[in-house]
Amino acid sequence: MKILVTDGHGVEHEVEATDGWTVMEMIRDAGLPIKAECGGSCVCATCHVIVDAEWFPKLPEKTEEEVDMLDLALEVHDTSRLSCQIEFDPELDGLKVTLAPDAIM
Amino acid sequence: MSDTAHKTAHQTDVIIVGAGPVGLFAVFELGLLGLKAHLVDILDRVGGQCAELYPEKPIYDIPGIPVCTGQELTDKLMEQVAPFDPQFHLAEMAEALEKLDNGNWRMTTDAGTVLEAPVLVIAAGGGSFVPKKPHLDNLEAYEGESVFYAVRQMERFRDKNVLVAGGGDSALDWFIALQPIARKIALAHHRDGFRAAPHSVEAMRAIVAEGKGELHIAKMTGLEGPSPALTGVRLESKEAGEYVHECDTLLPFYGLTMKLGPVAEFGINLEQNLIPVDTEKFETDVPGIFAIGDINTYPGKLKLILSGFHEAALMSQAAFRLARPGERLRFQYTTSSSELQKKLGVR
Repeated sequence: MKILVTDGHGVEHEVEATDGWTVMEMIRDAGLPIKAECGGSCVCATCHVIVDAEWFPKLPEKTEEEVDMLDLALEVHDTSRLSCQIEFDPELDGLKVTLAPDAIM
Repeated sequence: MSDTAHKTAHQTDVIIVGAGPVGLFAVFELGLLGLKAHLVDILDRVGGQCAELYPEKPIYDIPGIPVCTGQELTDKLMEQVAPFDPQFHLAEMAEALEKLDNGNWRMTTDAGTVLEAPVLVIAAGGGSFVPKKPHLDNLEAYEGESVFYAVRQMERFRDKNVLVAGGGDSALDWFIALQPIARKIALAHHRDGFRAAPHSVEAMRAIVAEGKGELHIAKMTGLEGPSPALTGVRLESKEAGEYVHECDTLLPFYGLTMKLGPVAEFGINLEQNLIPVDTEKFETDVPGIFAIGDINTYPGKLKLILSGFHEAALMSQAAFRLARPGERLRFQYTTSSSELQKKLGVR
């Protein structure tokens, strides 16, 4: 299983996906330069990703906590999410996200 | 700097950059060995990320403490280090470092505080907390004149036409506080929902309902006016499309992010914004400068508070040898040593 992550230079990376991991953890584990300053506590918005429009509706709904914290993300898109709040499951195999500028180290 | 030349340097044993949990615990370990410390932190309170990012979030992996919040851990550490009377220089950024002829370090902060000690410890976590800046073209050119990320003196905004941006407590608190002072005030937020405390949201909505302030549910897309003089902010809403909101002052509040800052200029070897150290003393490649906690790296490093505590203990042993050359380090346990218990004020 994999997810596809586009970095700040527009380069797409295939990242190994693991059931139960968050998208932020998989991106970080792959060595891509994601800030994720708070380490996944949903308190900083520096793991901001823009989800591919086709994939966005397939994700579980945002919690109120994530919606609130997305306020601290810059240039929020309609399909913006915090990657630490997206838990991977096999149905998300092939998920496409782009690192938002404010999430890049 | 002429300012600093007039200030007398504080002489101490150890300068600690960063008053997060690891910097605080270092005070304890140093204190047991009889070493005094001064701490510098860019935040206006102690606790670092624990206090700034997750004061109310639970932490479950502190040995012996099944659960505590970031703020509770900070409070407990402050209680634990109190006997050693650490000196704090808060809301100050460690700015410049030089080595003196006598071998000591001289650290100067952006507020002009001067500290001198034989040992410097970097416990700066993810770096300095600095305001997140919205991505707007030419933003820097307006900073300090029309764009501010903090309110230091409210009077500065008297009779101004102010736009506050953001949806959290800082944004709403300043919208409310500046409303009576500003000539005009408006709040811009990308959605009609606010993270701020409910009573602040109520107060903001009351101001808007009374016509004393405007609320724009819109995104900022650009700045207008010959920099550094702002004449308006371009906003974009789903209903109205793009439009210019006239204002002369913009206060964006999008939280804080971490940047390494001036520590990068201290002449210490860095690897991807982390400071490599040995695992015996947690010393950097510069003798007399140590790095502990999240900011350091070594084979097997785990960014855990408990790792930082261990690093603080080992660093302190090495710090003693530098600060007290010729003295013997007596290793003792707090449980059995009357000397340590006296230092702790429990005997």
